[in-house]
Amino acid sequence: MYDGNKIIPGLVIFVGLMTFPLWYNFGDAGPVPNPQKVENGASKCVRDTQYMRTSHMQLLDDWRDEVVRDGDRTPLVIDGKKYDKSLMNSCMECHANKQKFCDECHVYTAVKPYCWDCHYLPKEKF
Amino acid sequence: MDIKRRKFLKIAGISTIAGLAAPSALNTLFKGGEAAASSGGAAHGAPAAGGHGAAASGTPAAIRYGMVIDQRKFLGKAGEELAGQCIAACHTVHNVPNFDNKKDEIKWIWHTPFENAFPTSSQNHLSEGVEGGEFLVLCNHCDNPPCVRVCPTKATFKRPDGIVAMDMHRCIGCRFCMAACPYGARSFNWRDPRPFIDKATLNTKFPTRMRGVVEKCNFCVERLAQGLQPACVEAASKVQGLIFGNLNDPNSMISKVLKKNFTIQRKPELGTLPSVFYII
Repeated sequence: MYDGNKIIPGLVIFVGLMTFPLWYNFGDAGPVPNPQKVENGASKCVRDTQYMRTSHMQLLDDWRDEVVRDGDRTPLVIDGKKYDKSLMNSCMECHANKQKFCDECHVYTAVKPYCWDCHYLPKEKF
Repeated sequence: MDIKRRKFLKIAGISTIAGLAAPSALNTLFKGGEAAASSGGAAHGAPAAGGHGAAASGTPAAIRYGMVIDQRKFLGKAGEELAGQCIAACHTVHNVPNFDNKKDEIKWIWHTPFENAFPTSSQNHLSEGVEGGEFLVLCNHCDNPPCVRVCPTKATFKRPDGIVAMDMHRCIGCRFCMAACPYGARSFNWRDPRPFIDKATLNTKFPTRMRGVVEKCNFCVERLAQGLQPACVEAASKVQGLIFGNLNDPNSMISKVLKKNFTIQRKPELGTLPSVFYII
């Protein structure tokens, strides 16, 4: 090989630089998200925490189809409290801080839900 | 038994044909039997079927929402003001953005001259109120909605109660529905509507829309679910300029009004069967 003594070290440096983010962050997953909910008296969610953690998106999708397409707006009753099937008018009543509750995990897992293109929090600027 | 190759091949061929043909032959026999049985019962079955067919097309759903616009209440300066209030009420409740230019305009309910609202009913010597008068127009919530037929994602659909609703989650912004709608009732969000919504009057219970979706009047489904009247109807309730109700209930206010007054519809010749009626 011509100029091997230049090409090979050059390649080694190039690969090292390209993979820098990988080995620099190896074993470090970043700070674990810690979603915060605003206390407003309600101690229970519509489902248990584990279900909500893994499947809240499915629940929201089901609610959306029931409300928008089937016109079924029967509220859920949990511990005598009524919850409308609504992200804006129900979920956000307790989980009122989008940045501390929703974005906390969505940013960590690099998920970009398009809920917020139309739905919003009254307090938040859009 | 001693078997020759020639004989073996013959048997194999015949078995293959039999194996392939048997299921279809059995099927034909079975179906033939069924057909014979049903034709035997046709004598008393036919009237029942006919009756059922008539019932299916003739029996209306329990609810079919409609609206009567009493144009006599929207005459003159006061009437125009009232129409403005109806438009404002609707657009505030639904967070409809206010663009200053006609090109980006979003409208759920608006007013327009007679010749635009009823282009196929124009004639000479219109009465005073009609000529130069402004007519409130909105989505007609047709019984036979062309927008629903063309929507490739079923984002626009007809609810059992007759309301032509939109599922914004599904809208891909292809604007087929805008081309299909003969009433121009649909608007496209060319730009992000949020900066153009008045923050002072924002209805925090209702979402906004995003850039790239089509929107239109929804007959206030979210208010009907709470037992309220549509926002525009409420705004004109003092003079009962707009009457909203169930067209299929003969005792409803709207049915009585329709029985008593001669009404016209927008472009009835298209066969879309609008649910919005005008008393001129």
